Amino acid sequence: MAQTPLALFDTDSLLDEEERAIRDTVRQFVDAKIKPELADWYEAGRIPARDLARELGALGVLGMHLDGYGCAGTTATAYGLACLELEAGDSGLRSLVSVQGSLAMFALWKHGSEEQKQEWLPRMATGEAIGCFGLTEPDFGSNPAGMRTRARRDGDDWVLDGTKMWITNGSVADVAVVWAQTDDGVRGFVVPTGTPGFSAPEIKHKMSLRASVTSELVLDGVRLPDSARLPEARGLSGPLSCLTEARFGIIFGALGAARDCLETTLAYAAEREIFDKPLAAFQLTQAKLADMTLELGKGMLLALHLGRLKDAGRLRPEQVSLGKLNNVREAIAIARECRTILGAAGITLEYPLMRHANNLESVLTYEGTSEVHQLVIGQALTGQGAFR
Amino acid sequence: MNIVVCVKYVPDATADRKFEDDNTVDRVGVDGLLSELDEYAVEQALQIKDKQADDTEVTVLSVGPENATDAVRKALQMGADKGVHVVDDAIAGSDALATSLVLAEAIKKIPHDLVVCGMASTDGGMGVVPAMLSERLGVPGVTLGSEISVEGETVKIRRDGDASTDTIEGSLPLVLSVTDQSGEARYPSFKGIMAAKKKPVETWSLSDLGVDAGSVGAGAAWSVVESTDARPPRTAGEIVTDEDGSGAKALVDFLASKKFI
Ligand SMILES: Cc1cc2nc3c(=O)[nH]c(=O)nc-3n(C[C@H](O)[C@H](O)[C@H](O)COP(=O)(O)OP(=O)(O)OC[C@H]3O[C@@H](n4cnc5c(N)ncnc54)[C@H](O)[C@@H]3O)c2cc1C
Repeated sequence: MAQTPLALFDTDSLLDEEERAIRDTVRQFVDAKIKPELADWYEAGRIPARDLARELGALGVLGMHLDGYGCAGTTATAYGLACLELEAGDSGLRSLVSVQGSLAMFALWKHGSEEQKQEWLPRMATGEAIGCFGLTEPDFGSNPAGMRTRARRDGDDWVLDGTKMWITNGSVADVAVVWAQTDDGVRGFVVPTGTPGFSAPEIKHKMSLRASVTSELVLDGVRLPDSARLPEARGLSGPLSCLTEARFGIIFGALGAARDCLETTLAYAAEREIFDKPLAAFQLTQAKLADMTLELGKGMLLALHLGRLKDAGRLRPEQVSLGKLNNVREAIAIARECRTILGAAGITLEYPLMRHANNLESVLTYEGTSEVHQLVIGQALTGQGAFR
Repeated sequence: MNIVVCVKYVPDATADRKFEDDNTVDRVGVDGLLSELDEYAVEQALQIKDKQADDTEVTVLSVGPENATDAVRKALQMGADKGVHVVDDAIAGSDALATSLVLAEAIKKIPHDLVVCGMASTDGGMGVVPAMLSERLGVPGVTLGSEISVEGETVKIRRDGDASTDTIEGSLPLVLSVTDQSGEARYPSFKGIMAAKKKPVETWSLSDLGVDAGSVGAGAAWSVVESTDARPPRTAGEIVTDEDGSGAKALVDFLASKKFI
């Protein structure tokens, strides 16, 4: 009797009824509404972001692990499981959700004023309003402390100038959380995207995350009242706290892409006859399948462990680095190995392998590159910072 | 207004389904779930509730084994208000007649103006329980509704037949079954999933309903499954070769004979 990779680990037994119900709902949604469309979205490099946001909002996915303001208030583990199912569809879909819930909404929820929360969070939870998060700049990615975007005081107002780069959801956003240098260190600003001087041209010609909107944010004398400043965020720890949230989701998410690759490959190898027997019946194929299953299952156990730590309020950023480094690295390795088993068929959009593999290149880089996570872990182990 | 939705817990149709030695469906070896066709019934009940905007209450009712609470729970996650699960060892192996008896006796104990069922179960697939219920409850029954609206005491139901579309009006109380064309069932929202944990589910036995155990179950069944065989593999199908221009007619005749057109 054939078993699925994760059934072999019986990881379902580590979930409670509510977590399974949330997981099943997202899986059904992705299977029915997302998967049939993906190849076309990917080929066209376009997604119906607004419609998707509304549908995801109706399910309760957006900001699901936050409390109040119309958010569902689930456990962090349930949020991770939802990310996994979304990314089993496509990393782009999960990116939309990560940026909305863990970056933009979380920034408002954690660092915002009561008025800012009331104004934006309920509409962002339903998907009526889309958010983006502008930290990275053309010359500052892994080292955001050097950012050049500046907010200067002008009377009671602030005036923002600068450019942000690689910003997910940028061109479709209603609100941008923008981080800028001030005389008082890095501060965050809530920028309605209709504000004069703000524009968000889309970045084209991507070979990865084609089913996701990626943009530049141009801030050209954007004038904002002081009430647009996130009052509770001071210094780089503001944006970094948000990144830790989003990275947590990716620990699970990347496994979704890997699972989809592995399940696709298992089905393909069972059907594909080669040298008069199924490809799945060859020892070399089975060795690949066994090794990949092992990494998927280990990654899932790690993710669930970190999820439980987070729900207990004990998860530390360097532990998030352990999960992000391992699970994204293994996911991309699985996607590539699966591609070899499908041969030529694996390079098309008819199968999800190359799409996932290409997407995971971005996932490997954003939310802290693998190298940055190695440095975080290295510092935790040795007490020596080796970033610079 | 009070709505009762009858839902069945069935083996997952996408999994490998098997029969027990006594030719009843194996309900232990496979994952079960709320019958997909009953999700449409839950959806219609919830849509009526949404439109009524009063204190309309939707109760889901399931007769089935221990695990059938999963089906009740799913309907509660979708938005139903409370659940009733009738479970009793004596019910195992019941046919449609006995099932409808148990359902009817349970419904009598629940305030109800409208009883909504799916068009058939995805396992047995007989589709007779709704009609039997209306008979047992002594209220009008309308089956296979594809569009439902409720105004005051009147229910308007559209039925799409092969040859005609009928619109039927009935007055409450009423038993209704709805088709898979009545409107896509909603996904449970995360808030719904979390709220469902706190919604009440009552568990009743046959004696709670005053139903004699001897009148239900495999022993009392009016029909018996003698043997089962797996469906033979698909055959190659029929190829129509058009040599003299008769191909189109042959195709149309085929489609008409299968009631596709
Ligand atoms: C599709 C996509 C979506 C994105 N969405 C967002 C978004 O919504 N918001 C946002 O703010 N940003 C976003 N980003 C940006 C992302 O966070 C950055 O790309 C990332 O931080 C890396 O920065 P960089 O691209 O400038 O690379 P660099 O920082 O230039 O890194 C280049 C290489 O140098 C290595 N490196 C850097 N520092 C060190 C060191 N100290 N020691 C050794 N090696 C080092 C890196 O690991 C990497 O291999 C997105 C990126 C992509 C691709």
